[in-house]
Amino acid sequence: MNWSSWSEFFSMGGYGLYVWGSYAVVFLCIVAEVLLISNRRRTLEKQYGHIHDLNK
Amino acid sequence: MFIWIIKRDLLLAVRRQSDVLITLFFFIIVVSLFPLSVGPEMNLLRTMAPGVVWVAALLASMLSLGRMFSNDYLDGTLEQMLLSPQSLSILVLGKAFAHWIVSGVPLVLMAPVLGIQYDLPFDALLVLTGALLLGTPVLSLIGAIGAALTLGLRGGGVLVSLLVLPLYIPILIFGAGAVEANMAGIAFDAHLSLIGAFLLASLVFAPWAAAASLRVSLE
Amino acid sequence: MAINWFKYSSPASFYTLAGKMIPIFVIAAVIFLVAGLYIGFFVAPTDFQQGEAYRIIFIHVPAAWMSMFLYVVMAFWAAIGLAFNTRLSSMFATAIAPTGAMFTFLALWTGALWGKPMWGTWWVWDARLTSELILFFLYIGFMSLQAAIDDPRRADKAGAIIAIVGVVNIPIIYFSVQWWNTLHQGASVSINQAPAMASTMLTGMLVMVLASWMYSIAVILKRVRVIILERESHSAWVTELQKKGAV
Repeated sequence: MNWSSWSEFFSMGGYGLYVWGSYAVVFLCIVAEVLLISNRRRTLEKQYGHIHDLNK
Repeated sequence: MFIWIIKRDLLLAVRRQSDVLITLFFFIIVVSLFPLSVGPEMNLLRTMAPGVVWVAALLASMLSLGRMFSNDYLDGTLEQMLLSPQSLSILVLGKAFAHWIVSGVPLVLMAPVLGIQYDLPFDALLVLTGALLLGTPVLSLIGAIGAALTLGLRGGGVLVSLLVLPLYIPILIFGAGAVEANMAGIAFDAHLSLIGAFLLASLVFAPWAAAASLRVSLE
Repeated sequence: MAINWFKYSSPASFYTLAGKMIPIFVIAAVIFLVAGLYIGFFVAPTDFQQGEAYRIIFIHVPAAWMSMFLYVVMAFWAAIGLAFNTRLSSMFATAIAPTGAMFTFLALWTGALWGKPMWGTWWVWDARLTSELILFFLYIGFMSLQAAIDDPRRADKAGAIIAIVGVVNIPIIYFSVQWWNTLHQGASVSINQAPAMASTMLTGMLVMVLASWMYSIAVILKRVRVIILERESHSAWVTELQKKGAV
């Protein structure tokens, strides 16, 4: 195990800002991409009207 | 057909000289802006000169790309040309050649004068002109693809720059590199041969790709 | 088998198939992601040269690889669509572009955040960084061209041409940038000296690459389904789906 405490884990040996800054933006991009696609789909469903079930 | 297209486009350009002059003056103004923005320090200007002239040449050549097909497209001539039995690639080649004569050659002729503004030594001026002479036709040829793809689109002018400028990068690197190498006292013929190779490759592939693009755009 | 493949090359049947496939890839992506992050943060040791900062590698390298792979895959499907006039492959090309552009952006972003503590600068005009930036421009060009064209068939074909021209140019651009970089060596930082990687680091990175693949496939399938619906909204099978309330 590399880390003896959570604060050590978050500080990443002093590089916390860089490491977590990278991972945070990756996470944000993924969330944004998925949301954008779902949004696009929802707009489409609104145009079609009366859609209840959102299954595959 | 090839000769006929060139003659026709050149004749049209002569009738509307302002188009040619605008491209040329755009080139001159862009090049002249740089000393004003970075200061008149001659050593700095001398090292910047090849890059500045090349970037300005790229932009100036791109500026007039929109006109390569659009006038013929608007008055329906292009559609007639598409129907003619002649190969469309030859037509594109003629158009690109005429574009080069109208917007490339004046830049090549003006470049030494602008180089003097930047205090380039005499042989660097020669290399710069030579590199531009070899490189500007490639700009017209690659540009023809972009012009054909964006034909009749809204905002086509800005779009062309997005499509075409990344593809111009190798020419920019080797064109400016040739002059820099000459000023550093290194052999520059490899750069010029590479630009020559780009020219040959784009002579073969670009008209074909641009012809395919024209067909897509006029479908 | 052959018949099956042809069956799924029609948007209508592919729509259903993709719907069934998405959950599988999502689950695979989550599993690989959790495993990769676990290896990356808890198993892989601290690098003796770079300290903990090297842990950015677990997203940086997958992002950079995906950005390049996806461009080639996109150009491939676009070319197939252009050559054989198959609608689905063109839709795939269109669906791949945003994800590819996203990975290109992420590679640049994580590269900058890795570069700052390691070389003391956010950006160097290194051959690889510069090529990645140009790749980003190529993605943007493809997407803007398609966005500017209203007719989807023309957008497919025009996009295919620019994607093919781009893919032919990528090696030329890469080598000219590399050459340019060696000419101007003075200012740049050498990032080629890769320290010998511990095998757990490599494992973690490869697992993360797998996770990115699975994620990309899932997200691209999801986007293809939306594109299919958008384009085929007036066709009979979509109306059929609507009646079932299953759109």
